[in-house]
Amino acid sequence: MRLFTADFPELPGALPIRHGTVDDAQFRSLCEQLKQDGGRLVALWGSDERADDAGYALHVTLVGSAGMLCLTLPVRAERPAYPDISDLFPAANRMQRAVADLLGLHASGADDSRKWLRHASWPAHVHPLRKDFDGTGAFAAETDAYPFVTVTGDGVHEIPVGPVHAGIIEPGHFRFSIIGDRVLRLEERLGYKHKGIEKRFERMSAEQGAKLAGRVSGDSTVAYAWAYAMAVESIAGITPPDRALWMRALFLERERVANHLGDLGYLGNDVALSFGFAQFWILKEQVLRNNASLFGHRYLMDRIVPGGVMLGLQMQDKRVIEEECSMLERELGVLRSIYEEHAGVQDRFTGAGQVAPALAAQLGLCGLPGRASAQARDARVQFPCAPYDKLDVQMAMHDKGDVAARAALRFVELFESLRLQREILINLVGGDELSMPLKQLPGNAFGVGMVEGWRGEVMVAIHTDVQGRLARVHPHDPSWQNWPVLEHAILNNIVPDFPLINKSFNLSYAGQDL
Amino acid sequence: MYQIIRQILKTGIKTETPPQAADALRLEVQYLQEKILRQLGRALAIRHVDAGSCNGCELEIHALNNAYYNIEGLGIHFVASPRHADMLLVTGPVSRHMEIALRRTYDATPEPKLVVAVGDCGCDGGLFSPDNSCGDKGESYASCGRIANVIPVDVAVPGCPPTPVALMQAILTAITRDGGK
Repeated sequence: MRLFTADFPELPGALPIRHGTVDDAQFRSLCEQLKQDGGRLVALWGSDERADDAGYALHVTLVGSAGMLCLTLPVRAERPAYPDISDLFPAANRMQRAVADLLGLHASGADDSRKWLRHASWPAHVHPLRKDFDGTGAFAAETDAYPFVTVTGDGVHEIPVGPVHAGIIEPGHFRFSIIGDRVLRLEERLGYKHKGIEKRFERMSAEQGAKLAGRVSGDSTVAYAWAYAMAVESIAGITPPDRALWMRALFLERERVANHLGDLGYLGNDVALSFGFAQFWILKEQVLRNNASLFGHRYLMDRIVPGGVMLGLQMQDKRVIEEECSMLERELGVLRSIYEEHAGVQDRFTGAGQVAPALAAQLGLCGLPGRASAQARDARVQFPCAPYDKLDVQMAMHDKGDVAARAALRFVELFESLRLQREILINLVGGDELSMPLKQLPGNAFGVGMVEGWRGEVMVAIHTDVQGRLARVHPHDPSWQNWPVLEHAILNNIVPDFPLINKSFNLSYAGQDL
Repeated sequence: MYQIIRQILKTGIKTETPPQAADALRLEVQYLQEKILRQLGRALAIRHVDAGSCNGCELEIHALNNAYYNIEGLGIHFVASPRHADMLLVTGPVSRHMEIALRRTYDATPEPKLVVAVGDCGCDGGLFSPDNSCGDKGESYASCGRIANVIPVDVAVPGCPPTPVALMQAILTAITRDGGK
């Protein structure tokens, strides 16, 4: 397609992504072309460029049939506005509202301009990501007064749920409008976990930032740490040693295995098959214990560092992972057949929380729920960064888009992750070289990293200031795309199925609240 | 059904011996412990509150329920409402957006009650606290910092995240006056 092949230079580093600066008209027209081409929005964020007398800037990452594209749109300080793209990409809605809250840039012509990440802790005229805001003080709490959309009519009533939920879950608010048990509308209100992560990055060194990136969403610590490292390495112009890249893939697949096992356990639990919970969490615990003994951390936090990895795998320990893979393959075979043949499980799973492929495409559903609704999106396959370019990942797909499909995909992806781990072990050679030294980053540089975490594509963008320090770090979670789709998935289902449907997506609150 | 029973028999019992309580984790005098033990015996009801964590601590709290740690086997179980709870298990830092919800959850928990603050962030605000001001309490425009800045804390357990064993130790520390001996 014309728009990718032309003017924009490719950014250095592992990710095949072009970057260009555009004006309002080009921005809108490129987005329109990309939409027509079947493309989609990955992330949208803003930055304060007033230190260079350049006002503000809006940035988007887009994916089309021809590859990845990052656009930067300068925004004048006197009139901080840019063209709305939520009519093209519905997922832009909340991202644009977050940019308005945090930076004071507004999407001209957007239908929905309600606040999103801001509740009552800072006033509307304060924008935390502006450089003249130092981020340390607190404000007197206001009232939140969020304008929910209300559904009226005979017999309609509301159930407000959260922010503190009934289980061991992250906080968020769900407003159900129902008749009887049937859900007419669900409106999500997130942002409860907003703790100023993006502001926090501004005072950190590139090394410190790696730790914070690994704690944007603790269950995806490997994915975030890798995406962050990839962005830093793109800016620094360094390539980690082969051994480090193989180790990263090993960590990422182990993170996927641990999370999918946990989810399958809870999916069983949510349909009263506590046997499933017990079994899958035994398996998960065994993976976590191997992580602790082989790599020193149950969730592999801080094992990936910019430039490489903190530690490798001793050659004699390959056996531990091989045995673990064999054990898991054996047990998963039994458990899959139990889930598939259990009438109660299938009765609850089948048809619940269905997202048809057409709706998934329209709303930009990504990651595992996207693949369960026939959206062929997996960064390991579409944009395979080393070592995935040597691994030939088989993308798992389903077209039913219900809880059953999302559960079935988890089994398929588990088996594929186990196969990949074996492949990685074959390719993993001994040696001491684990990382490249990281020198001072160049000034006014920009880098992007993206990896396919267990939940979906995790992206981190980094801008450096004139002295090469972190000026702006934007971590993007796939949950931004997928939370709004959950509002559709629940429609016409019954309230008691919401926990099950929600769990089948298992989206991140922390990753979207930042 | 045959498959399920066969799998259960094959799996056997995975539950391990629980850890002992540790005095080092004690923050305040546990005037409530004896009362709770007398009133509740070994049945402790815990309400978990995520007040702004990265979700890492939650992974380990979930793991407490797996067969290896089997916390329900100790008579400790998680409940759906603070009104049923003897203890709040709180992860943080407390985001400013969760401050009111956390206070209300605390107020809704009947006396006598215990609070265990979980993880490095729950103890001192962790990585999310600015390093240049506001002392050591870890506050920012969006974060109230450690749990103890918002509600009274009895026991705080560090770790990123604390392991299930460390969590069990903290819970046992909170409910036993003599260190569980």
